[in-house]
Amino acid sequence: MSNTKSLLTIKDLHASVEEKQIIKGLDLDIKPGEVHAIMGPNGAGKSTLGYVLSGRDGYTVDSGSVTLDGEDLLEMETEDRARAGLFLAFQYPVEIPGVSNLEFLKASVDAQRQARGEDAITSADFLKEAKAACKQVNLPVAFLKRGVNEGFSGGEKKRNELMQMLLLKPKLCILDETDSGLDIDALQVVAEGVNSQRSADRSFIVVTHYQRLLDYIKPDFVHVLSDGKIVKSGDASLALELEAQGYAWLQKEPAEDELEG
Amino acid sequence: MTEQIDKALAREYEAGFVSDVESETFEPGLDENVIRRISEMKGEPEWMLEWRLSAFREWLEMEEPEWALVDYPKIDFQSISYYSAPKSMKDKPKSLDEVDPELLRTYEKLGIPLIEQQMLAGIAVDAVFDSVSVVTTFREKLEEAGVIFCPISEALHKYPDLVKKYIGSVVPKKDNYYAALNCAVFTDGSFVYIPKGTRCPMELSTYFRINEQNTGQFERTLIIADEGSHVSYLEGCTAPQRDENQLHAAVVELVAMDNAEIKYSTVQNWYPGDENGKGGIYNFVTKRGICHTNAKISWTQVETGSSVTWKYPSCILKGDNSVGEFYSVALTRGRQQADTGTKMIHIGKNTKSTIISKGISAGRSNNSYRGLVRMNPGAEGARNFTQCDSLLIGDQCGAHTFPYVESRNPSAIIEHEATTSKVSDEQMFLCRQRGLDPEKAVSMIVNGFCKEVFKELPMEFAVEAGKLLEISLEGSVG
Repeated sequence: MSNTKSLLTIKDLHASVEEKQIIKGLDLDIKPGEVHAIMGPNGAGKSTLGYVLSGRDGYTVDSGSVTLDGEDLLEMETEDRARAGLFLAFQYPVEIPGVSNLEFLKASVDAQRQARGEDAITSADFLKEAKAACKQVNLPVAFLKRGVNEGFSGGEKKRNELMQMLLLKPKLCILDETDSGLDIDALQVVAEGVNSQRSADRSFIVVTHYQRLLDYIKPDFVHVLSDGKIVKSGDASLALELEAQGYAWLQKEPAEDELEG
Repeated sequence: MTEQIDKALAREYEAGFVSDVESETFEPGLDENVIRRISEMKGEPEWMLEWRLSAFREWLEMEEPEWALVDYPKIDFQSISYYSAPKSMKDKPKSLDEVDPELLRTYEKLGIPLIEQQMLAGIAVDAVFDSVSVVTTFREKLEEAGVIFCPISEALHKYPDLVKKYIGSVVPKKDNYYAALNCAVFTDGSFVYIPKGTRCPMELSTYFRINEQNTGQFERTLIIADEGSHVSYLEGCTAPQRDENQLHAAVVELVAMDNAEIKYSTVQNWYPGDENGKGGIYNFVTKRGICHTNAKISWTQVETGSSVTWKYPSCILKGDNSVGEFYSVALTRGRQQADTGTKMIHIGKNTKSTIISKGISAGRSNNSYRGLVRMNPGAEGARNFTQCDSLLIGDQCGAHTFPYVESRNPSAIIEHEATTSKVSDEQMFLCRQRGLDPEKAVSMIVNGFCKEVFKELPMEFAVEAGKLLEISLEGSVG
């Protein structure tokens, strides 16, 4: 595995919001095709990590480095990170009234293709793709004509995020608590959509508070984030352990290590 | 983020060039002699001169209105020139070949080619340059349908009875300060008559251009749609970029006879002044239409220019079942000030009006909606729906709403909805996270906010309006 090039490498990342440090020395290495789950208690910095990686205004990197495909991610503008293949599925997708989903999606795809020096896709071809994506995430085609997330239910918003992911075909998808507010049926639809997109050249960071989502999206690795650091990493079985025992035992663990040492 | 948005909005004023045209321009100043000279230049009938003079005398007695939420230094009416025309227009060119090529180039540069073969097929244009009409296209084709479309100065010679009957019938001479001034000194503008039962075969359009320095433009437009007729009229305007303010005080009167329909669209892009508020056009305009039985008047405006705007396109719903509509987008940035809205006066039974106003404020601008809905005692079963939305960009601008509602008929129904929102960080972040640059993101969000109004514009103008807000509407929606 070590001879495969990493897609994302985070080294000793420290980051702050409004002068309060939230990420405090985080390391993570993701290879193409891998699915990493990041779990942790509320306030651990799970959502912050997604925002820092995608370059949201107001999230400041204090130190450390992040590379995507060998490129310095932190040097890039927000939109350039997206064009480089980073996609964030939002926990609370925002509405853009009056801008149709189709218009928004086409503009996004156009901007990304243009940045990569690819030819623009024709409106007719794009419409075909968009309709297929609707079908796959179980949204009526009429949603393409509606304003972005305008009046959508919680589940519809999440499926709309997934549709954007299907059309943008990113290299790295960060799913920020995509399971929150979803009933079991909606959760299955979203999970199936994600699973259908798993491939050797696409990686995922699945941020979640609950193990439930990981029943449907099987991770290769599970990391526990606590107080801005990854405190434990393991395989899928770690998620089940967390489900059974909660997060509290992990916060004691460093002390036990010290005793043993 | 505010910085990015400011950058996105700080577009160049592309129409800011000056044309090198030799003009005959009156010395600044205003008195009865100036009015006599204007009337003489135009070879007007005696009654027109008398009408102008009586308006002037009324104007002298009137006070400049101060109720609007705009602030500008007092205008010195004696420092303005009231007439300016290219010298080449003196011989009244009979065809395009005789028109000064520099004038034609000016319009071409503005994207309005006046040579018929190059024009968009379905639009006839009257091109007004300072105080005169340069050319009116497709006249013969329109005449075949019985439609009259010509400069109002020409209509005074050819159709004096029609002009005499209707001028001042919708906006009386002493309606307000600027209207009275316009009556006294108006120079040109368009005249339209659509005969009974006729659907005008083309879109009609007037393009106003101010070029000369220190002049005011006082245009006058009169549109008469006879019984059962239909017309769609578009109006565009630009001016050079100058440090001094210039006054534009127009009057537009619309008459929709029984069962007639007039759709009047404006894309106003007068020079707005620079970021610090230096220069720009004072746009003080009176626009009003009267609807007879079953008639309909629809005003659509996209206001992006002028340093100060004072404008309330209105409908008098006199006939039973008549309909008035007002769709407006007003964008202010820099130091621009806009006080704009409408008046819907319901007189007839079952009259209906709809008002959709979208105000966008950025920079240090001020943007006010001011609207009156009046239900007269006889307006049995009348209805109004008003929706007023404001979008704020940044934290130094202002948005204000002044709705006036007067109902004297208990059966009338009036609805008013108002919202204020901001271009949010979340929206910007979503757009950029999907790969859009900040400029595209802002224009897309603003475009979405204006969609209800843009869809009312004729296709060609919707495109122009979109470009004005730096929006490419091309091809995205199948």
